[in-house]
Amino acid sequence: MKIQKSRMLVWALSIAIAGLILSASSSKSANLSSGESPAGQTLLLNAAGSTFAYPVYSKWFNSYHQEHPNVEFNYASIGSGGGIAQLRAGTVDLGASDMTMNDKLLATFKGKTLQFPIALGAAVPAYNIPGVNVALKFTPQALAGIYLGKITKWNDSELARANPGVKLPNQKIIVVHRSDGSGTTFIWCDYLSKISPEWKTKVGANTSVNWPVGLGGKGNEGVVGLVEQTPYSLGYAELTYCLQNNMLYGTVRNSSGNYIKATLASVTAAAADNASELQKDIRASITNAPGKDSYPISSFTYLLVPASIPNAFKLDAIKDFLSWMLSEGQTQLQSISFAPLPQAMVDIEKSMIPQIQ
Amino acid sequence: MRRSILWRKSVNIAMIGATGLCATVTVAALVLILGYLAWKGAHYLTWTFLTQLPAPVGEPGGGMGNAIVGSGKMLLLAAVTGIPVGLMTGIYLAEFGGRTVSFTVRYAADLLNGVPSIVTGIFIYTVVVLTMGNFSALAGGLALGIMMIPIVVRSTEDIILAVPGNMLEGALALGVSKWRGVATVVLPAARRGIMTGILLSLARVAGETAPLLFTSFNNQYWSRGWDSPIASLPVVIYTYAVSPYKSWHDQAWAAGFVLLALVLLINIAARAVLSRGQPAQRG
Amino acid sequence: MGTVVTSSVRNARPEPSGRARAFLKRLQNGDAIAHHLTLLFALSILLITGLLVFELYVHSAASRQQFGWHFLVTSTWDPVSNQFGALPFIYGTVVTTAISLLMAIPLGVGGAIFLAEFAPPRISDYLTFVVELLAAVPSVIYGLLAIFTVVPLLREQVDPFLQNKLGFLPLFQGPIYGVGFLAAGVVLAIMIVPFILSVSRQILLAVPNEQREAALSLGATRWETTWKVVAPYARTGIFGSVFLAMARALGETMAVTMVIGNTPKINASLFAPGYSIAAVIANEFTEATGRVYLQALIELGLVLFVLTIILNALARVLILATTQRGTAHT
Repeated sequence: MKIQKSRMLVWALSIAIAGLILSASSSKSANLSSGESPAGQTLLLNAAGSTFAYPVYSKWFNSYHQEHPNVEFNYASIGSGGGIAQLRAGTVDLGASDMTMNDKLLATFKGKTLQFPIALGAAVPAYNIPGVNVALKFTPQALAGIYLGKITKWNDSELARANPGVKLPNQKIIVVHRSDGSGTTFIWCDYLSKISPEWKTKVGANTSVNWPVGLGGKGNEGVVGLVEQTPYSLGYAELTYCLQNNMLYGTVRNSSGNYIKATLASVTAAAADNASELQKDIRASITNAPGKDSYPISSFTYLLVPASIPNAFKLDAIKDFLSWMLSEGQTQLQSISFAPLPQAMVDIEKSMIPQIQ
Repeated sequence: MRRSILWRKSVNIAMIGATGLCATVTVAALVLILGYLAWKGAHYLTWTFLTQLPAPVGEPGGGMGNAIVGSGKMLLLAAVTGIPVGLMTGIYLAEFGGRTVSFTVRYAADLLNGVPSIVTGIFIYTVVVLTMGNFSALAGGLALGIMMIPIVVRSTEDIILAVPGNMLEGALALGVSKWRGVATVVLPAARRGIMTGILLSLARVAGETAPLLFTSFNNQYWSRGWDSPIASLPVVIYTYAVSPYKSWHDQAWAAGFVLLALVLLINIAARAVLSRGQPAQRG
Repeated sequence: MGTVVTSSVRNARPEPSGRARAFLKRLQNGDAIAHHLTLLFALSILLITGLLVFELYVHSAASRQQFGWHFLVTSTWDPVSNQFGALPFIYGTVVTTAISLLMAIPLGVGGAIFLAEFAPPRISDYLTFVVELLAAVPSVIYGLLAIFTVVPLLREQVDPFLQNKLGFLPLFQGPIYGVGFLAAGVVLAIMIVPFILSVSRQILLAVPNEQREAALSLGATRWETTWKVVAPYARTGIFGSVFLAMARALGETMAVTMVIGNTPKINASLFAPGYSIAAVIANEFTEATGRVYLQALIELGLVLFVLTIILNALARVLILATTQRGTAHT
């Protein structure tokens, strides 16, 4: 049976490639995911959770690895809920969540779990109004009214009053929200619940809620995509996203009465001004925080760490990483548009590290 | 009433044109998609991109080497699990099946096909990942393999049934036992169609993200063996595409292009090896 | 190589004594092995599917207990107050699948006919290659592309046009956002066309040439040959490819969720935003943390399963009602 040259060539190539792949998979594991690491071999730790915080962890784990080449931190962004679930199941060493865990949730864990805020984010109102290129001022009532479906037109008096000098069109507001569960939704709704009793009873706060009105966009890019494509629309998105993509977003009036534009500084201020509350319970919410320069719709993203880690090598690595994160790590945040923790928080968290054993 | 020749000829031309239009629209869609991916991500397609580990955002260089290898590994595992099951089942349904069993199996395969990929992923998570205690390439490959099965089953069965019955009858008349007849006469005749089904199913699972999120997880580094987390192109594409950073968006497009190129290569290789080298012949 | 003996002669030999001997004798008959081997694999599919359904059933217990049958007819989806109902998602799934099939079947079958019957063989090969690659595009990319291309196109050109000409139908009334049932249907159609086209083309190619030659020799045009002789012969296989496509459309998540508007409301208009079962599972599963919440999502997966069964059954009934003799295997 005559075999053509070309067929032989393809056969040879396929076998070679398969061989390459299989050899790359040889089970002589430097894979120590179950964790012992005698000196000299690589220690692999797995973390999972928040998609929002992924860029932070990506940068940090990489930098940390440069300084400690035998420690590898691995991260998968499967969502905050996923991160919590995997930590509870023990399939990952660390969890990342944009939301705090309440006592009920904490009770479902086998051991004690500590929550370390690692950075700050904020939700900002982004909009698309043909002809309007300035940052609009939003009062809390305006935002609540729009998202409740009560304020339907851009030239409503609530908006007009706050923005004299801006010609607002007589057009329906097309509301956009997140369709996927997300920490951004949580802080948006948390804020609305605080400033609007009607929102609190009618809708409440969670990573997903029953929105009275609006279109759902998947992810920040979905919301922003919809807003960019749809004239007269309004949506909320992560500050990081808006900064990186040079988007136009509005200012929000904080509890002191100032219209604050979300910036890395104003977001960090929201945490700094709340330090005493956070001292008592690290899970305190900082939306609508007091402080004249605070941006009212800010929040932390958290790293969830089990208080008891049996493997000694992992224990040391994690504790070392946390200290590194609170000092060196914080300096790396601004370049990727995340707000760093205020010094008060850093101090609080440094005192939490010894609790891990 | 006899239709006039002119009418019939006009309908002939019109329908050839109409079906040609259908084919053109479909092909155009892919060409546009490929073009868009190339345009958006082309300048990222360097040797570094194909062989290096990912770099954090904002830093130059970095690549998808581990994701490409990861996808390759899991597709291999998926093929090894999905193809035999699908093929054998298709043969069973076409040649050996009893009525009720066939009906039930066919239905079950269709149901399996309709399961959202994320549910398949969650299923493998509960059955494999939780049992093993960690995420793994094994779990990812299995999830993809399960998704391949229904497509292979359906197309294998349909193609075998389309082979004219007289071919098998001729073989049986010569005294060959049934299984020999199927193996040496029917299957080779159906070979091209079966290959199409297999490649189609492989293409489909190559681009699936959701099932991998809970099974193979992700990995910023090279992974060894089959029982640790592993990176894959679809997961990396998804993670980068939903991030705020433009450089990551570009990398996502480039990775999409690489994924399609990978599938194309597998297609070409498989066909070159297994076909008779002649273009599709009718009948 | 053994002697050439037909199976009838083999069976005509006297029965050997003893059960074990008889069994071994049957085993020598390779057919039995082949039969049982392939049966084993076939049963493994039943095992996998059964296990999947079992897992879904078990992990949705709390939700099923709490809501019972009301789950299927309630329209509220409220994770904060833990009220869940599946109706808008069922509606969205059915509507988007229907739209996508309506578009993909003519495109796919038409394209397959062209490539199998009319196009030169080499071109047919290459073009089919290209179409099959469509199946490999990750749904994330489909979704992203759709946001930038399909949605604006619909919002600015197609939807207003439809509303203009056909606005008297409730299907085309109401505000136009671009995203919605129609957008999702269009994206799904592009995603499932490769399955229909590729598999149908293979089936058509497998139709024996004698059929074509017979028709042509009777004076039929190429089209008449195809439509009246070849296609009916391949009918069952073509329907099979449609089943594949329908199943894919029912379970598609990423691309749909990016263009459907993600609003759990029922609306007669195709321009309205909606939601599908697969989309809501993909959206909320990774972030859901309440027990009833998670289980309600899993129950939705179970509902999708049942929906697939029903739709499959309906499709089969439809086929039975319209199939005549003269297909590949009657």
